[in-house]
Amino acid sequence: MAEPRPVLEMTGIVKEFSGVRALSGVDFRLFPGEIHALMGENGAGKSTLIKVLTGVYSLDGGTITLDGKSVLFGSPLQAQQAGISTVYQEVNLCPNLSVAENIFIGREPTRAGRIQWKRLRREAAELVDRLGLDIDVTAPLSSYPLAVQQLVAIVRSVSTGDNLGGGSGTKVLVLDEPTSSLDRGEVQELFRLMRQLKDEGVAILFVSHFLDQIYEVCDRMTVLRNGTLVGEHMVADLDQVGLVQLMIGKELDQLEELHDQQLRADVGESLLHAEGLGRVGAIDPFDLEIKKGEVVGLAGLLGSGRTELARLLFGADQPDSGKVTIGGKQVSMSAPNDAIGAGVAFCSENRKTEGLVPDLTVRENIILALQAARGWTRPIPASQRDELVAKYIKALDIRPANPEARVGQLSGGNQQKVLLARWLITQPKLLILDEPTRGIDVGAKAEIQKLVVSLSEDGMSVLYIAAELEEVLRLSHTIGVLRDRRLVAQIANGPEITPSRILETIASGEHE
Amino acid sequence: MSTPSRWRALTHHHLFWPTAVLVLLLLVNVPFTPDFFSIKMTGGHLYGSLVSIVLFGSPLILVAVGMTLVIATGGIDLSVGAVVAITGALACSYISDQADQSALSGVLLAMGIGLLAAVVCGLWNGFLVARMGIQPIIATLIIMVAGRGVAQLITDGQIITINSEPYKLIGGGYWLTLPFSIFVVAVVVAITVALTRKTALGLLVESVGGNAEASRLVGIRSRRIKIMVYVFCALCAGIAGLMISSNTSAADGNNAGLWIELDAILAVVIGGTSLLGGRFSIGGTVVGALVIQTLTTTIYTIGVPTQTNLVFKAAVVIVVCLLQSPKFRAKVFGAKFGARFGPKSGSTPGAKDGGKPAAAPSETAATTEAAPQMEVS
Repeated sequence: MAEPRPVLEMTGIVKEFSGVRALSGVDFRLFPGEIHALMGENGAGKSTLIKVLTGVYSLDGGTITLDGKSVLFGSPLQAQQAGISTVYQEVNLCPNLSVAENIFIGREPTRAGRIQWKRLRREAAELVDRLGLDIDVTAPLSSYPLAVQQLVAIVRSVSTGDNLGGGSGTKVLVLDEPTSSLDRGEVQELFRLMRQLKDEGVAILFVSHFLDQIYEVCDRMTVLRNGTLVGEHMVADLDQVGLVQLMIGKELDQLEELHDQQLRADVGESLLHAEGLGRVGAIDPFDLEIKKGEVVGLAGLLGSGRTELARLLFGADQPDSGKVTIGGKQVSMSAPNDAIGAGVAFCSENRKTEGLVPDLTVRENIILALQAARGWTRPIPASQRDELVAKYIKALDIRPANPEARVGQLSGGNQQKVLLARWLITQPKLLILDEPTRGIDVGAKAEIQKLVVSLSEDGMSVLYIAAELEEVLRLSHTIGVLRDRRLVAQIANGPEITPSRILETIASGEHE
Repeated sequence: MSTPSRWRALTHHHLFWPTAVLVLLLLVNVPFTPDFFSIKMTGGHLYGSLVSIVLFGSPLILVAVGMTLVIATGGIDLSVGAVVAITGALACSYISDQADQSALSGVLLAMGIGLLAAVVCGLWNGFLVARMGIQPIIATLIIMVAGRGVAQLITDGQIITINSEPYKLIGGGYWLTLPFSIFVVAVVVAITVALTRKTALGLLVESVGGNAEASRLVGIRSRRIKIMVYVFCALCAGIAGLMISSNTSAADGNNAGLWIELDAILAVVIGGTSLLGGRFSIGGTVVGALVIQTLTTTIYTIGVPTQTNLVFKAAVVIVVCLLQSPKFRAKVFGAKFGARFGPKSGSTPGAKDGGKPAAAPSETAATTEAAPQMEVS
């Protein structure tokens, strides 16, 4: 596959955001006529690299060579004119315009200042036809499903590199997670188009969180971790376990000693039981049991359905199949209130948008859940309230220890503690923590993990979601493994459970 | 030596700027009406410009207080003016049908009917916003437009005049030497403050307005809260409607409460409650409503030609809003009055910093005072 000269070569790319290195010395090359996957966990630097390539971000160091010539793009438009086109996850087109208009918007064929509508439609039809798509270019874009709109976006971007019609002038096509909202058949149609463009000599950079898709369509992959290059491999040479290890980047042996401290078998009777619970497009139906005092960890890559599973158990999203029983009673889960009433608490991974009310004080944020449960007519008496708040500020070491401080001004770790305090004062039976340690400092991370262990010892059940596998293994009694929006395995944690076993399960989708 | 820090604490109180504007506006009247602040006792009643401002501002205060809670949830209620008209029309037309218009039972029933209609309007608004998910500005626009038509239907397109002593009391009567409406306003404001701050309603309203999704996930029944605030807002508008029709002893479906919704929104904003929702201040709104009413009074006392008084009003409102903007204050007066959490010393170039901190307040006051006067000339 490897051809002598790459069409695109990025060398020693450095990008900093206010002193923090997002990319440090990354090399990346792309050959004509290949589909190249850019892999890495969230925050590894994939998007940053793409944005540097497409001219969205300026470069802080390194060089970009396109077709042997050194280039420097000041804007996405310049990159596009040089032959680098990008299609993002969300379709950035105008749904009210026709397909043809969308394809040629901004560069319509004109004569004497007037748009040549017939020519526009004809050339759009030719283009769509050449790429083997069955789309009526005169219909409004909104009359097509999202997947077709995505294809139109690709047609538009491959046609931007050149003048109208004829061969594609696009040398590099960047597809940033185009498949995240498509179903299986739609993905196949996209892949067919990708392969056709590849055969025409276009170099395609493909980003997806779905490993199967990478292995199905890609020829080569580059793996990033924490803003550095981990390696470039032919897809055929690296199996999925190896890839996951590269992405998560822990020497698996180091972890093995950590997890047996927390292994205790003495969990209580069943607390929550979910049967066939599922929501189309979010997570396939799953069965899950959580016992009293048990910590159930969820492992899986980003987008594997971890958060979606948790949201169903809280009624944050409404399940469209299955049922949940908590403490022997069936709970309808049609709204968070139902779950809260049954003793479930949920700390979202999105602290700012789904957790905090930034204008309110620390005290108000802490008492919010308890107050909501009591209703507006029964305010918590001031003395009791202040005592509770002071107790939890002290217990969780929230800083500043000022209940009057506006919560929006606290650091990430302290905001997370405020949210924990909010739910802990409601004394839930099941605490769902979605990425509680993301984006907070090391000290707070350790405190929160210790807290989870002590809560579990006191009989509280915890559903723990974290991207870091060590955390999940360290804390959990049972580990649920997710992959491609499916709960593929539930593994009882034990001395024999190693991170590599979990990684194998994530990679293969099976547990023996 | 503690003067600067005390001054700083004062200027950063949330009621400081609305109150400062109110005081300034009142002072502007003095050169034109030298006895502006004097209050005389005539025939057992207190008279004076200040009493008049509160008396004529009463309906606006009521409407604005209700509006505050709606705005705090991130909504808005444009229908209050129409609700004022409907309530007045219903109450007056009921009274005018009575043989004895001054019978207390008839008057009480008339008020009940009017307020019931207001509550129904509020339920409708709340239903559209909270249950149907219609944007508040559109949902309440329906009654804003249709409500005046309903009021006209009730009054047959006529202005209904009545002659009822008990009814006259609400908006035009006196009690303990003061206008009765002042007591009504005081009671409603006290109830509102108690309702929002002595229960958890205020916290839940602020939470819903501050972050709707987080509030849902914390288990707040935000639909119920929203319906409650729209009903409360309509009820306040209803009381204002009774007051306005009582004051004139007439129901005018066309003009009663005309544009009061805009004045009320303005009063809320001047009072420091953000249109984005979240934190609200009932006290600020009362001051804001008084600012609006004082402005109206000022327009008459300084003799702005009636044709141009809306232009004048708009100009003052712009000044008031600019004064409330921390960015603007930082630019014009230096960082001392602008940035809430910024450094203590004024660092903005171009600001007339007197050097001595103690000198700064009087200078700034002079500058601000000059602003509305310039608009006059």
